[in-house]
Amino acid sequence: MMLMKRRDFLKVGTAGAAMASLYGCAAGSKSSGHVVVVGGGYGGATIAKYLRMWSEGGVQVTLIERNPSFISCPMSNLVIGGQKTLEDITVSYDNLKSKWGVRVVQDEVVAVDGAKKSITLKAGGSMSYDRLVLSPGVDFMWDEIPGLKSTEAQSKILHAWKAGAQTVALRRQLESMKDGGVYAIAIPKAPYRCPPGPYERACLVANYFKESKPKSKVVILDANEDVTSKKGLFTKAWKDLYGGIIEYRNNSEVKDVEVASNTAILEFDKFKADVLNVIPPHRAGNIAAASGIKLINNRWVDVNWLSMESTSTPGIHVLGDAVFPAPTMPKSGHMANQHGKLAAAAILNLLAGQEPNPAPVVMNTCYSFVDAKNVIHVSSVHQYDAATKLVQPVKGAGGVSAARNELEGKVALGWAKNIWADMLA
Amino acid sequence: MKLLSAIAALCLLAASNAQAADPHLGRNLAATCANCHGTNGNAIKSSGMDALAGMEKAKILQKLADFKSGDKPASIMHQIAKGYTDAQLDLIAGYFAGQK
Repeated sequence: MMLMKRRDFLKVGTAGAAMASLYGCAAGSKSSGHVVVVGGGYGGATIAKYLRMWSEGGVQVTLIERNPSFISCPMSNLVIGGQKTLEDITVSYDNLKSKWGVRVVQDEVVAVDGAKKSITLKAGGSMSYDRLVLSPGVDFMWDEIPGLKSTEAQSKILHAWKAGAQTVALRRQLESMKDGGVYAIAIPKAPYRCPPGPYERACLVANYFKESKPKSKVVILDANEDVTSKKGLFTKAWKDLYGGIIEYRNNSEVKDVEVASNTAILEFDKFKADVLNVIPPHRAGNIAAASGIKLINNRWVDVNWLSMESTSTPGIHVLGDAVFPAPTMPKSGHMANQHGKLAAAAILNLLAGQEPNPAPVVMNTCYSFVDAKNVIHVSSVHQYDAATKLVQPVKGAGGVSAARNELEGKVALGWAKNIWADMLA
Repeated sequence: MKLLSAIAALCLLAASNAQAADPHLGRNLAATCANCHGTNGNAIKSSGMDALAGMEKAKILQKLADFKSGDKPASIMHQIAKGYTDAQLDLIAGYFAGQK
């Protein structure tokens, strides 16, 4: 009975709020204010849409993004493998503007003043905010691989770890490589963006070689002691599908490169490849450090998991790969989208003078293609734990695929359609 | 004895009210499903995912219970359903049932 009454009240509340927004007047405790979102990737695009949707237009949102459209990192290995084009993984920001009323500004933020609550744009001018959201992804620590510091070196030895021009360029390098050549991919020490991504890439390049350049080889130079994600499933795929093509080397950290000879320099060894693909170690996107918020290990942002707010600087929320992860939490697009929704709910409460939800939940799924059709996944669910003040993985939940399968290949493509729409449609 | 249980009931009520203080818990929880099942349960038609918007609450709860118990074979949902409490699944199912 109590519940019924409460529900009826809620119905009236929602209808009332809808009417209020219809007539352009503010409802009682409705959230209002201006939120500036920096970065329009999986985290930033999601929070921009959800802030507008959940506030029924009450909160003004400005999204600042340097690229003209969204290009997805998840699925970009299919471009490198030859199954998809860059166009297939590119989505416009138009719906965020026209359907959701997000003000999208193509620019870059060069400075943040957390005390004055304002940001400075590269093109000039500044903008004030009530709440700031940084969803800056990662930037590479070029100092760790000195030979790669110049832009010229970076255009020859590619990372292709941010989807876009580098993705297409790596595909071209593979297409130009002679049959009998060697492709080497260097993986940095964890944590890095998309733990299974490098192993998926090795599979899809090997799949291309198997079909088109059968004398060629793939060598994985992994700085980690062992495969960091879906180990059993990946090693089985390498053995079953790519025996004699993929070679895995653990504890093989790339310390530097010789650009002219396409050589990776390891601690005790060198490795020359025809196509050398080095993923450098990375850290939170540079604007995080520039804004003066607290970083852990000088790399990742320390956040309050009830709100994704910086632990050092009130009013600044941080999402996605830039964040110091909670236990077992991967740096993934899916997780960044979840961070976006957690923070959207918290920010709307805070703007209305209420506490954030005390029991947030986030979850993750990562699909990896091991060939053009077969996919393996890893999943997890994370619930907020008041004792540790962290979102903790739920024991007994989550897991990996029983075996690679084509059904999940279809599911993975469906996932991409739905998450892109969840962010941008 | 009666007084004690009445006090206990009041305490429980207060606790559950504190839990339900945020009217958006169902909305927030359901949003964790949207990555695959679409915003507010409106999955893209050609995506092959279950569109949950407007599905009967009891039907959603039954599916989730079957995933959780392992009665319904799944590629991934048996792992994900186990991550949520029954109370959370109830809120999620109720939210999706109320969507168009």
